Amino acid sequence: MIPIGHFLILSAMLFAVGAAGVIISRNLLIMLMSIELMLNAANLAIIAFSRMNNIVDGHVFVFIVFAVAAAEAAVGLAIIIMIFRNRESINADNFSLLKR
Amino acid sequence: MLDLIIFYFAAVIAVGAAVMMIMQRNPVASVLYLVVSLVAQAILYVQLNALFVGALLIIIYTGAILVLFLFVIMLLNLRGEHFGGKQSRMGRASKIAITVILFAEMVAIFKQVAIPERIGTQAAAVAEDFGSVEMVASHLFKEYLYPFELTSILLLVAIVGAVVLAKRDKTEKMEDA
Repeated sequence: MIPIGHFLILSAMLFAVGAAGVIISRNLLIMLMSIELMLNAANLAIIAFSRMNNIVDGHVFVFIVFAVAAAEAAVGLAIIIMIFRNRESINADNFSLLKR
Repeated sequence: MLDLIIFYFAAVIAVGAAVMMIMQRNPVASVLYLVVSLVAQAILYVQLNALFVGALLIIIYTGAILVLFLFVIMLLNLRGEHFGGKQSRMGRASKIAITVILFAEMVAIFKQVAIPERIGTQAAAVAEDFGSVEMVASHLFKEYLYPFELTSILLLVAIVGAVVLAKRDKTEKMEDA
């Protein structure tokens, strides 16, 4: 058996990689994918804690997070399609009107 | 021992594929790396006795959400768009530094908040049917019935929102003509 701490560190690593993707990448699609990765890292931590405490409730939470992730992807992609239609671009650098 | 080997195998693939995902220029390659990372994470779920949720991860994520991503990428037809290139080396280094600090903070939180003597040791043995479809379903439909029903409303709202957002505005077209 593997110590639960290993899973927690791994989940922190995946979350950090997802966060790096959001701030480094300029592609809106890759940013959205990084957000999905961060949600999954949180799921892994929930499952690990659920295993540590021998409670199945964490699995139910993860199930609901999956539904939230699906809803988020649907709305996020719709927003990206709308942005692309208006601006012909999905490069986040082109959406800096508020900066000026 | 074999468990540990499988864990490190899956963990290296999960993190490596995630890093490759954010390094890609081409979003299609990025989606495929995310699929690799998620399947590796499903192996970890199985190691934590979460068989049902691990299966759901593959079915919902790679089967539905990432197919939706691929579909949108093909729909947008992003040829000739340039990403990055303008970023200075200093800016990129500072972003990576922020990420490393975030990771260190999360590890510190896990060490502080979670009970150390239980985290360091191996988890206790669980019942044979821990994480089985039957057990998760009985919790989902008894204790968490209302959250489950609310999830369906959330999905309905998301569908309506996506359709409204992605629909072409008719009045706009009339003005153009």
